[in-house]
Amino acid sequence: MPKASGLSLHVPAPEVRPGDTPDFSGVDIPKAGEARRPDIDVDPKEIRDLAFSVIRVLSRKGDAVGPWANSLSNEELVAGLRNMMTVRCFDARMLLAQRQGKTSFFVQSFGEEAVACAFQSALVKGDMNFPTYRQVGLLISQQYPLKLLMNQIYSNEEDPIRGRQLPVMYSAKDYGFFSISGNLTTQFSQAVGWAMASAINNDTKIAAGWVGDGSTSENDFHAAMVFASTYRAPVVLNIVNNQWAISTFQGMAKGGSATFAARGHGFGLPALRVDGNDYLAVHAVAQWACERARRNLGPTLIEYVTYRAGGHSTSDDPAAYRPKEEGDAWPLGDPILRLKAHLIKQGVWSEQKHSQVEAEIEDEVITAQKAAENIGTLISGSAPSARDMFEGVYETMPPHLIKQRQEAGY
Amino acid sequence: MTNMTMIEAIRSAHDNAMEHDERVVVYGEDVGFFGGVFRCTAGLQEKYGKTRCFDAPISELGIVGTAIGMAAYGLRPLVEIQFADYVYPAYDQIVSEAARLRHRSAGDFTCPLVIRMPVGGGIFGGQTHSQSPEAIFTHVSGLKTVMPSNPYDAKGLLIAAIEDPDPVIFLEPKRLYNGPFDGHHEAPVVPWRQHPAGEVPDDYYSLPLGKAELRREGSDVTVLAYGTMVYVAHAAAKETGIDAEIIDLRSLLPLDIDTITASVQKTGRCVIVHEATLTCGFGAELAALVQQECFYHLEVPIQRITGWDTPYPHAQEWDYFPGPARLGRALHKAMEV
Repeated sequence: MPKASGLSLHVPAPEVRPGDTPDFSGVDIPKAGEARRPDIDVDPKEIRDLAFSVIRVLSRKGDAVGPWANSLSNEELVAGLRNMMTVRCFDARMLLAQRQGKTSFFVQSFGEEAVACAFQSALVKGDMNFPTYRQVGLLISQQYPLKLLMNQIYSNEEDPIRGRQLPVMYSAKDYGFFSISGNLTTQFSQAVGWAMASAINNDTKIAAGWVGDGSTSENDFHAAMVFASTYRAPVVLNIVNNQWAISTFQGMAKGGSATFAARGHGFGLPALRVDGNDYLAVHAVAQWACERARRNLGPTLIEYVTYRAGGHSTSDDPAAYRPKEEGDAWPLGDPILRLKAHLIKQGVWSEQKHSQVEAEIEDEVITAQKAAENIGTLISGSAPSARDMFEGVYETMPPHLIKQRQEAGY
Repeated sequence: MTNMTMIEAIRSAHDNAMEHDERVVVYGEDVGFFGGVFRCTAGLQEKYGKTRCFDAPISELGIVGTAIGMAAYGLRPLVEIQFADYVYPAYDQIVSEAARLRHRSAGDFTCPLVIRMPVGGGIFGGQTHSQSPEAIFTHVSGLKTVMPSNPYDAKGLLIAAIEDPDPVIFLEPKRLYNGPFDGHHEAPVVPWRQHPAGEVPDDYYSLPLGKAELRREGSDVTVLAYGTMVYVAHAAAKETGIDAEIIDLRSLLPLDIDTITASVQKTGRCVIVHEATLTCGFGAELAALVQQECFYHLEVPIQRITGWDTPYPHAQEWDYFPGPARLGRALHKAMEV
């Protein structure tokens, strides 16, 4: 045998960096309508191909095609478009508010609005999401009051969580929205546990867990998958692959795997990969997985292929690590523009109507913002009293905390 | 009343609680069909069915993470970590999630969860079956940390932990499972049936979290102990003839500072004993509190007798374990002035 040369370490890197021309030629995008739609009681091993494909409904021409089409009426789609437009407008206003110094931090969903908005439309009251910080669409699409979101972002005295958490770490139990941690992936096994509890109780509710592409690397991801698989928990496990984890491209988490969805195969889970910028496809796939969970057929893993069109957060500048033009070159387009084009083609929407609704939404968001700012912003000194931070550490305050509270002057 | 070992008392607490409250769900590694490697859950699966007592995959992170989700749903999960030495993969879930959920959501979600785990050495367990990690839990706001020293307390405190609306870390000194071990490892094991605290009510009862128990009244020196060290302290007092007042803390957080203060102000001397390592151990917190509350009553410096700052050894276990001889020397030293 010839003598082996020295070893070398493989460190993955994205194809392009700032100054280069964006290149998504390596991203294989099948035609809309091509992926098959199996029965919900299918044996997971019969549909392994769907983890390597991309389920798409909206064609380039704006038609809804293939077996995953027609899961929603035009009226429902118009509502979905409106929800996504509200998320985008809300994000833009809050991003600006942070830049104006009215709060410390903000995270937007820009470019991936369809994922949360369309998914939520497959859930029913009582179900529970365990979201990350980029799924505000789950709340906005349920008409959660924008003013309450803003109160939280401003940590003002009507902040539902009393100024205790970083902006966007909402909690809204009545809207099936679990308290956001800010630590990555911890909520994935919790979603599985919540779903197990529902099954233990012979309840009808299901749970949905959310992670990003980067945080699939966490141990929590694998623990959640094992428990979901072992106990066939009624849970939908969602991976939002928006290509970037702060500055780290998705290849760093994916390693040698073909897709993130394929990670479900090792656990015997049905794994679907879907066009995350296609509102119709996201809804159809979410509905399939939710129905499966609801019928006690167990968990499903879904990878949403999308693109984080903005920075990771207001503390991030993506121009430092990826070409500025990359978002425009993203082959799956913009979720709002795509649904808009479809609805225009259906004859239920128009450019004029779109502009009119856009203006209405902007009015609504600005009205909510003014109301929230009248209560206060982070810098206006309207935060709940520091006395409050001692509350709720335990249900009943133990003696040592009472003492510390007194020492703090309260 | 029945004579019970600590294992039987813990099992009885599970049984009563599962009977009393349908929301109580029990799981962990080897916990279901087999009934746990220490037998604390034996018979529960048969009695309550396999959706209320079941085996878990070997993932402490998964066990605690799912339990948090169950607690948020409205169940009362009671999970076992097979050895405290294995809890570290679950630490993020305990610290960043279970402990903070009520506070960070302003009460929107809560986490009534009990995480049980055997602690301590003296069973030739080496460094992965002997640790006492109580201080990494008492350091975390939002957690309660409990360590019983006898069957009666173990049952009453465990039921209180299950009833508690917040997450409780329940540490079981495994060397006490079968008898009140005083550190004389060469002597035959004394079974619980020869000890009054082995008498345990069969019915449901709870003991308050945050109350220490005076185990031995004395006038010379206060010994602050918990778990196995309560018996080591008794042996040291007996063997030295020093009239030690022995306080069994039972609950480390919340801490019964009033009982501690009253005793040290009476004796003017304080020795703290625990099996965990010295530096930044729970004894450091106790020493700080005692000097703050009792400074003008103290006749001598506070001493801490603990495990050494080394990993828990295998062959040298008894050189590591803070036994009655070491504690006895500390008691003599406390009485020198």
